[in-house]
Amino acid sequence: MSTASLSVPGFALVGCPNCGKTALFNALTGHHQKVANYPGVTVERKEGALTTPQGRTVRLLDLPGTYSLRGRSPDEAVTRDVVLGRLDGEVLPDALICVADATNLRLVLRLVLELKSLNRPLILALNMIDIAKRQGCEIDIERLSVELGIPVVPTVAVRKGGVSSLFEAIDSLAVRATAVTAGPISWREPTSQEIRDAHAEAERILKVCAFRPGDQRLTARLDRVLLHPVWGLVILLGVLFFMFQAVFAWATPAMDGIKAAFDLLATQIQTLMPDGMLRSLLTDGLIAGVGSVVVFLPQILILFLFIILLEDFGYMARAAFLMDRLMGGAGLHGRAFIPLLSSFACAIPGIMATRVIENRRDRLATILVAPLMTCSARIPVYTLIISAFVPQTEVAGVLSLQGLVMFGLYATGIMSALIVAWVMKRLVWRQVAEPFLMELPAYKWPRLKNVALGLWQRAAMFLQRAGTIILAIMILIWFLSSFPGAPAGALDPAINYSIAGMVGHWIQPILAPIGFNWQIAVALIPGMAAREVAVGALGTVYALSATGEEVGSALQPILAAQWSLPTALALLAWYIFAPQCASTLAVVKRETNSWRWPAVLFVYMTVLAYGAAFLTYNIATWALK
Amino acid sequence: MSTRLNDSPTTKDFRLGQCPKGWRGIVSGLVSIEGLSIPWSEMERRLLEMGFVEGAALEILHDGPIQHDPIAVRVDDITIAVRRADANAILVRPVE
Repeated sequence: MSTASLSVPGFALVGCPNCGKTALFNALTGHHQKVANYPGVTVERKEGALTTPQGRTVRLLDLPGTYSLRGRSPDEAVTRDVVLGRLDGEVLPDALICVADATNLRLVLRLVLELKSLNRPLILALNMIDIAKRQGCEIDIERLSVELGIPVVPTVAVRKGGVSSLFEAIDSLAVRATAVTAGPISWREPTSQEIRDAHAEAERILKVCAFRPGDQRLTARLDRVLLHPVWGLVILLGVLFFMFQAVFAWATPAMDGIKAAFDLLATQIQTLMPDGMLRSLLTDGLIAGVGSVVVFLPQILILFLFIILLEDFGYMARAAFLMDRLMGGAGLHGRAFIPLLSSFACAIPGIMATRVIENRRDRLATILVAPLMTCSARIPVYTLIISAFVPQTEVAGVLSLQGLVMFGLYATGIMSALIVAWVMKRLVWRQVAEPFLMELPAYKWPRLKNVALGLWQRAAMFLQRAGTIILAIMILIWFLSSFPGAPAGALDPAINYSIAGMVGHWIQPILAPIGFNWQIAVALIPGMAAREVAVGALGTVYALSATGEEVGSALQPILAAQWSLPTALALLAWYIFAPQCASTLAVVKRETNSWRWPAVLFVYMTVLAYGAAFLTYNIATWALK
Repeated sequence: MSTRLNDSPTTKDFRLGQCPKGWRGIVSGLVSIEGLSIPWSEMERRLLEMGFVEGAALEILHDGPIQHDPIAVRVDDITIAVRRADANAILVRPVE
């Protein structure tokens, strides 16, 4: 951190989950935000700057939501460590702003009392005061300020001018930058009796401040339907169905556009540059490689649009409530539902979304099974093989056989994820279920500005990853597939002579028992970049001149003629479990901060893929005899 | 089931985990239960932090689709989702 930024006082926002803290952060800092990760942990670090009416500049840090300073999840631990000045590389905030949902003061007052005991400058912002008033909620703000002994200001994060009183409070607090970490602040975990006492004190304060909770009838009425044992599940399934429909149908035009743009770029370079290594690196390595990942951006954006909307509305907690027992049977936590759902688009956002899971092993189990959810990168491979080998017949008059096979592949993925999670949690770790204790917040309308900002930040993060680690891996894979080049007068495609080709030939005997020929073995290596790259790689191996979309349709007759049905089915089985996705492995490394878990993931998925392909190949061969 | 009703301070007390949907009452105490993945002292503090403090008014608003589990409980003026197994740590008493 530069010394210049240290001369500016730093404030930190603290608050319970669902208190509108992020909306307030957005309102205070506008779009002057920097999103990064805390070093060593994958907790999002959001910092912004604001200028008060008196012209003071203040740095503002948005800390993860928590009910107390006893950090239980990695997120909450960061909040505690920053507030206490214990986090390496993070300066102790000069002052704290505790954000409270004005309609729901009971739990946050205990947090305020805990923060107050630290003897740091503190402001309490009563957020969503407009909703509170509309709901008939009452509180004597002046009295609250007297009782707590700190400034208390009402705010409306989502309205223009709704935070002016908070600006004034920041001005009148007039803290100066201490410029040095004042050293860890003394704090210890409260005992259960101390929590009871703090609760009683909070209760007393609420009473003398004439607090009356708001009218929650709308939430109660909605919950009667949305949490209904039958209708609740029907609606959840409906929401999921709609979400999938949107992810796959709405994204197609944008994905086609991105694909076309990358193809155009590659063609332009091909016509402008002389043939050679550099051109190949640019077109086959950089553009094709990064393009194959960036093409998922529309799907990821649509998926996150739904997730952010449902989250802001307050529905996600309800989904976890409805799914908890189903997931719990496999040893997974209700909160694992959203990450696993996201993994149907792509395992990368899914694995990133596991940060909300408090228990480390619950989180690891979710990370390890997320790649078993059929991500959209498998679809091109599935489509190619199904259309080449599965006849277009109808089953029972209405269902298409091809569709049924596709459905079977999805279902097998889900079933194996549940089984793997169960084995890991119950047999390997022998762990009993983590307690499930979660607030069901009142429903609120999502705010367009917050949704847009959240979406923008996801997109930036995804593109940043595609531009750094994924780019590096793509270049490596291109190198393996291109060097050494084909000798003069070679008849086979160039990839056959490359390191990838050699490795492919070398591992082919290992893959023979599962019915894979050397062409498949070679295609699996560049397929490490992203699963669907294997389709293009097969095209290269079979020396096709077609590119892009046409590879698939041109390959179909070749595969149908050259592969046996057992081989094709074995490849489908392989791809249910296929560990071939370097980006996923890289994200698991980042999220778990160790090479151990990506290694575990790679090994167990390879073993399952091999086993499933072996069984499929042999059973199919035997059945067709 | 690890539930032993003779653990309770008085015979009037129930376990929250065994109460049906629509039940109303107050928290009368927290008692240690078996089969937790975390130490009881941690579990007790988590329950307290979510508002399950002696005297808090309760109402079971909803129950889950499988075996009526988990339950959504109104605790004073907030709603908390909790599994029945975990809710067995909460002793409750009907309001008279």
